[in-house]
Amino acid sequence: MELQINDSFLVKEYMSGDEKSLEILINKHNQRINSFIYSKVMDRDIAEDIFQDTFIKVIKTLKKGRYSEEGKFLPWVMRIAHNLIIDHFRKNRRMPKFEGSDDFNIFSIIGDDKLNAEKQIIKDQIDCDLRVIIEELPEDQREVLVMRIYKDMSFKEISENTGVSINTALGRMRYALINLRKIIDKHKIVLTN
Amino acid sequence: MEKIYANNTKDCKLVKAKPATIEFLLNYSKSLHIVEHDDMKFENNLN
Repeated sequence: MELQINDSFLVKEYMSGDEKSLEILINKHNQRINSFIYSKVMDRDIAEDIFQDTFIKVIKTLKKGRYSEEGKFLPWVMRIAHNLIIDHFRKNRRMPKFEGSDDFNIFSIIGDDKLNAEKQIIKDQIDCDLRVIIEELPEDQREVLVMRIYKDMSFKEISENTGVSINTALGRMRYALINLRKIIDKHKIVLTN
Repeated sequence: MEKIYANNTKDCKLVKAKPATIEFLLNYSKSLHIVEHDDMKFENNLN
């Protein structure tokens, strides 16, 4: 009985504009309402969300003066929470949450093709190192390699642009790669992701 | 004798809302104003 009188008084005070009364009401029933929600949804975050939505409804109803005081504040709040829990399960049935299991992970089938942040940094570093190594090559070999790899030109196009035969361009490309490997071995550079 | 007590004690776990949630609710309450016009009530959030 004591509890109901106190709640009634606090609700009345809050409806008259005393914000402190709301704080007392929330703190007073925090554990009971949240534990009730948690016992149904068994997830702390979801329980937290439903608790929040419950009190948003409570606040709106009280501020609009639509709450009729019958000394049943807590049962009324519990009913709102109960309805929101039902809404949560209804919504989940329409859009089930998939969590996978130890044996099966959905991300093994659907994945993001992009590299993760660490691998992207490594790739950028390799690209950067490679550009430095290419600068070490003789001019004619570097020219062919850049046209082939970075500009994606065919050997026919390279021969036309450099004024040498296709065979010469092919030969320069071959020596460019051999020399690149030599430089990499010499400096013990690791170019793997 | 048949076991009639609950096996899953997690169901009875006592939990409390985070202070941040309560803080949000109190701020929400302070910012919410109801404007009345011709028997209609409008919600107004003034931050």
